[in-house]
Amino acid sequence: MTSIPLHHLLTLGALLFCIGFIGVLTRRNILILLMSIEVMLNAVNLTLLAFARYNGATEGQVLAFFIIAVAAAEAAVGLAMVLAMFRLKQDVHIDTMNLLKR
Amino acid sequence: MTTEQILFYILGGGAVAASAAMLLPPLGKSPIHSAISLIVSFFFLAGLYALLSAHLLGALQIIVYAGAVMVLFTFVIMLLNLRPDETQEPRITAGKVLAGVLAAFVVGKVVTVVGLASAGAKAVDLAQPGYENFGSTKEVGYMLYTSFLVPFELISVLLLVAAVGAVILAKKSLHYVDRPEPPPSVFDQEHAHEHMHTQSGTDHAGDTHAPHDANAHAASHH
Repeated sequence: MTSIPLHHLLTLGALLFCIGFIGVLTRRNILILLMSIEVMLNAVNLTLLAFARYNGATEGQVLAFFIIAVAAAEAAVGLAMVLAMFRLKQDVHIDTMNLLKR
Repeated sequence: MTTEQILFYILGGGAVAASAAMLLPPLGKSPIHSAISLIVSFFFLAGLYALLSAHLLGALQIIVYAGAVMVLFTFVIMLLNLRPDETQEPRITAGKVLAGVLAAFVVGKVVTVVGLASAGAKAVDLAQPGYENFGSTKEVGYMLYTSFLVPFELISVLLLVAAVGAVILAKKSLHYVDRPEPPPSVFDQEHAHEHMHTQSGTDHAGDTHAPHDANAHAASHH
C-alpha cells in the first residue's frame, strides 16, 4: 500500500512530458531536441509504472522495458543522423535542414 | 506525511528541476551541460521507479539511460566539436511564449482531470499473497519470456536493425555511386605486392648472373 497519491504521480509525469515537449518546440539544437524526446519517453515510463503499481500489474513494467529499448534504438539512430547531418552542413541547427522547403 | 511521500517529493522535484535545467540557461546554453543535467534527471527518475516497486526498471534506467544512451550523447557532443557560435540560441520569441502558455494549459487540464478521475484510487497492497515478487527481475523476466515473448523477440530485431542503421548512417560517405575513383581493394594491393616480389626475384637472379658474366669477361680479356 503506497501512500503516494496516484494523481501526484500522474501530474509529475505530465510535467516532465511538457518540459520535454517545450524543449522539442523551442530549442533549435538537434542534440537538445533528442534529449527532450528522451525526457518525454521517461515521463511516459513514469506514468506506466505508476499505473502498474496501482493495479498490481507487471504488464506495465514490461511495457516500460520495451520503451527503454526503443529509446535506446532511437538515440543510436538519431545520433548517427546528427553525425551525418553535421558532416554535410557543419551545423547542428534544425533551421539548416530545409532541403525540402526550397 | 510518510517517508515514502517525502522521498517522492524530493525525487520528483529533483527530476523536474534537472529536466528544466536542461533547457533553461545557464546550463541549457551548452549541449554538454544539458546532457549532464539530463543524467541527473535520469538518476532521480530511477529513484522514483524504485519507489514504485519497479526495482528492475530502476536498475535498467541507470544502466541503459545514464550508462549507455547518455554516454553516446556526450561522445557525439564532444565528437562534433561545435564552435561557440553554434551553441548560442536565439532569444525568447513569440513561439516560445506560445509554447509555454500551451504547455501550462495542458498541465493545468491534466492536473484537474486526473485529480478528479483518480480521487479515490487505492493502490494494490503488495503485502497480500500473489504480489510478493512485484517488480522483481524474476517476475518481469518471467512475463517477458512467456506472454510477451513475440514482442521481446521483435525488440531484439529492432535493436539489431538500429545498430546496423546507425553504422550505415554514420559512415563517412553515404553515396558510393558518385565517387570517381574506387579505393584500391585488397586484391589490388596483394597483386602489387606479388608483382614487386617477382620483380625483386628477377633482379636477384640477374645479380647471380652478373658475377658469371664478369668472370667470362675477365677470362676473354686474358
